[in-house]
Amino acid sequence: MQNTISLPTPVSPIKHFIKKWGATIFVTLTVIVITIWQYSVDGRVTEAVLASTIRQSTPLVLGALCGLLGERSGVINIGIEGQMLLGAFVGFLVNVWTGNLLVAVFAAIFTGAIMGLLLAYMSVHLKMDQIIGGTVITTLAFGLTGYFYQVGLTTEGKLLPIPLGPLADIPLIGRAVFNNPPITYATFVLVILVHYVLFYTKWGLRTRAVGEHPRAADTLGVDVYKVRYINVIAGGAIAGLAGGFLTLEAVGSFERAMTNGRGFVALAVMLFGKYTPLGAWGAALLFGFANAMQTQLQFADIQVAHQFIGMLPYVLTIVILSGFVGRTRVPAADGVPYEKE
Amino acid sequence: MTEENLALEIRHVTKRFPGVLANDDVSFTLRKGEIHALLGENGAGKTTLMNVVYGLYTQDEGEFLIDNNVVEINGPSDAINYGIGMVHQHFMLVPVFSVTENMILGSEVTKGTSLDLRRARREILEISEAHGLEVDPDAIVENIPVGVQQRVEILKALYRKANILVLDEPTAVLTPQEAEDLFRVMRALTEKGVSIIFITHKLKEVLNVADRITVMRRGKVVGHTSPHETDQKGLAAMMVGREVLLEVKKAPAKPGDVVLEVANLTIEGERGLEVVKDISFEVRAGEILGIAGVQGNGQTELVEAITGLRSIDAGEIVLMGKKVPFENPRYLVENGMGHVPEDRHKHGLVLPYNLADNFVLCTYYQKPFAGQMLMRNHQAVFENAVGLIKRFDVRAPGADVPASTLSGGNQQKVIVGREFSRPLKVLVANQPTRGLDVGSIEYIHKEIVKMRDEGVGVVVISAEIDEILSLADRIAIMYRGKIVTTVDAKDATREQLGLWMAGVQPEAA
Ligand SMILES: Nc1ncnc2c1ncn2[C@@H]1O[C@H](COP(=O)(O)OP(=O)(O)OP(=O)(O)O)[C@@H](O)[C@H]1O
Ligand SMILES: [Mg+2]
Repeated sequence: MQNTISLPTPVSPIKHFIKKWGATIFVTLTVIVITIWQYSVDGRVTEAVLASTIRQSTPLVLGALCGLLGERSGVINIGIEGQMLLGAFVGFLVNVWTGNLLVAVFAAIFTGAIMGLLLAYMSVHLKMDQIIGGTVITTLAFGLTGYFYQVGLTTEGKLLPIPLGPLADIPLIGRAVFNNPPITYATFVLVILVHYVLFYTKWGLRTRAVGEHPRAADTLGVDVYKVRYINVIAGGAIAGLAGGFLTLEAVGSFERAMTNGRGFVALAVMLFGKYTPLGAWGAALLFGFANAMQTQLQFADIQVAHQFIGMLPYVLTIVILSGFVGRTRVPAADGVPYEKE
Repeated sequence: MTEENLALEIRHVTKRFPGVLANDDVSFTLRKGEIHALLGENGAGKTTLMNVVYGLYTQDEGEFLIDNNVVEINGPSDAINYGIGMVHQHFMLVPVFSVTENMILGSEVTKGTSLDLRRARREILEISEAHGLEVDPDAIVENIPVGVQQRVEILKALYRKANILVLDEPTAVLTPQEAEDLFRVMRALTEKGVSIIFITHKLKEVLNVADRITVMRRGKVVGHTSPHETDQKGLAAMMVGREVLLEVKKAPAKPGDVVLEVANLTIEGERGLEVVKDISFEVRAGEILGIAGVQGNGQTELVEAITGLRSIDAGEIVLMGKKVPFENPRYLVENGMGHVPEDRHKHGLVLPYNLADNFVLCTYYQKPFAGQMLMRNHQAVFENAVGLIKRFDVRAPGADVPASTLSGGNQQKVIVGREFSRPLKVLVANQPTRGLDVGSIEYIHKEIVKMRDEGVGVVVISAEIDEILSLADRIAIMYRGKIVTTVDAKDATREQLGLWMAGVQPEAA
């Protein structure tokens, strides 16, 4: 009987590698080629584009982190926009009152966390429809900020870039990467941190289990409700920080509805990044890059209506990401309230 | 009676669900180091009782004693701390996790802040070796066969050092060989002082391994016995409350035209391995082809391909003389194919839907279930459900309860009822009686034979040699993705089938 068993041939590892990383490598190379080409034409423009890429991507990737913490544990959060906006507003107000930027940043984070708590209460405890829960939060944020906002409030400035010594002088990337204000640096750290927590720690394992098969987690003594509460609250805090970025670091003041859809774009970024922090970062950077290029094109002398150029980053992102990035796997229990009995 | 050495005592537990009294004043004792079989019809309340013990449900009345002390169990983590381990009737595994990740979830080993997967992996291999339960710690659970998944479940409890082990129908998905291995593991465990509650519907197994037997019916304990006081017939009667026929009665088959033809079918599974290799067979109207084989030899993939759930890499499938378009379940449904799937949760039912909706999953868009305009005909849907619930003896409080609240065996009856009530030409039944009580098995076997006698071509896939032997007219044996041989059921013996299933090549005759 030995002669009849032929060993199966597995797919070659090269094929597997290309399938998994091909799209990422291709897009990255394209971006690098465009950048180098542009650098050879005009170095200063390139530096501006890169700096703008980072700036634009920061609130998006923070929003995406908020979204994926929730969804990895099974709670859909479409209230990111609202959490951001309220964080931005409260951060701004606290800055106006105290003049202390650090306190203001923590106020923004705290506000986001409270909104996270509200969402968790609605979706985990009350088992409300999570889409409605998220909408409640966004509507609430728009309503509150619109009502309490007074024109004419001014602040004592905003968070300023901190150059990281000689690193900031590296040509091309020095200014964009190593000369940023604190929340941007914090974002770099957060992306790595959340990635680490999600995929390499006990908490992350439990979070993913709860998002995939809460009952299995429950039978092993994992407190499904607690895991969901904490992740959603942590996500809210990160969204609050994104709001803080807008008022305390990027703009320096508050305007009505200033989040301008970033909370929703963040959701797309999260999806394109396949629910991983590093993936979301890549997607956010790509979007930021396309956006920065778009701004440059507006200055260039091209006979195309500026609305079309304005669309470019969105179109490009959709084409690249839907064309190259494979299927995203949504956590199995995403959006499903957990019933104990 | 003298003071007994009890590992667990359940006193007067009552548990109600809306409309159902699942446990009615149940008392139960488990001695140290014994294997105590818990028997009962589908829906008798066995799983519920165990879930209460394990802290997943809170009892309405009653209390527990562990080592003769009253304990409060408020959740699974309490149960785990008291040394209770449970292998659930339906897998509690995260499909996208690796075996290792599933094993450590909730009892993680860490190094600093990180998971120590390497150490966990080593520990798992140690336990798995110590108990002879072989698993690949790196495999992703959704890619491994159910039989191996079950092994992971058992290891999960052992990994948590359980000394009271609840096994809720662990052998339902195991082959006789695997079941034997499990019994060896169970006996070895009892020798180390582990006490085991063993739930099963297979009476032979009970007589084989149990020290004591408790029987439940409709939420109540109806009797205690032990293997030397009774036999299969006695147990069956005790469970069901009437005489049960343990053998299938059937006339010789009268095969007609070929209704299903599978030609040179080849399927690549995950990671590009060929899981089905160049398989060909045909099924005639009015015969039952049994496909016997140890779990994981390509039967799952073969059935998924035949029933349109999976794409194939070579070959063709011909239904009623027409080549079947691939991955098109609706074509198959409309052309007379019925399917009783292996995994009832994944492919058989929409668990959150009520029974009435589950009964019309294949036909909801047809008359009479689809009414005027875009409306549904609720009355027809419900009448259909009420009829089938009665005909197939589904134990449920009504047609409007979610399928998820039914006991495992009753869920299976819902699927069988849905499929058997459609006009069929071909019926593919994969493990059709898995998890059913003797009364229901008797009934479903009778229905399958009736289908055959009405001219349906039937394919029964089963890992139970007994089921294959008693149902099939012809038997094909599958091993490593191939059909090694096909024999007439009259000429087949248990022993010979067992050898072929284990990979011994048939003699060239
Ligand atoms: N979560 C629930 N909600 C409502 N009813 C339930 C729930 N779980 C079980 N039941 C009901 O309780 C009764 C007992 O079910 P249980 O699962 O304990 O039966 P069982 O003896 O394990 O049967 P089987 O052998 O088919 O697994 C059934 O009538 C079932 O419908
Ligand atoms: Mg059960």
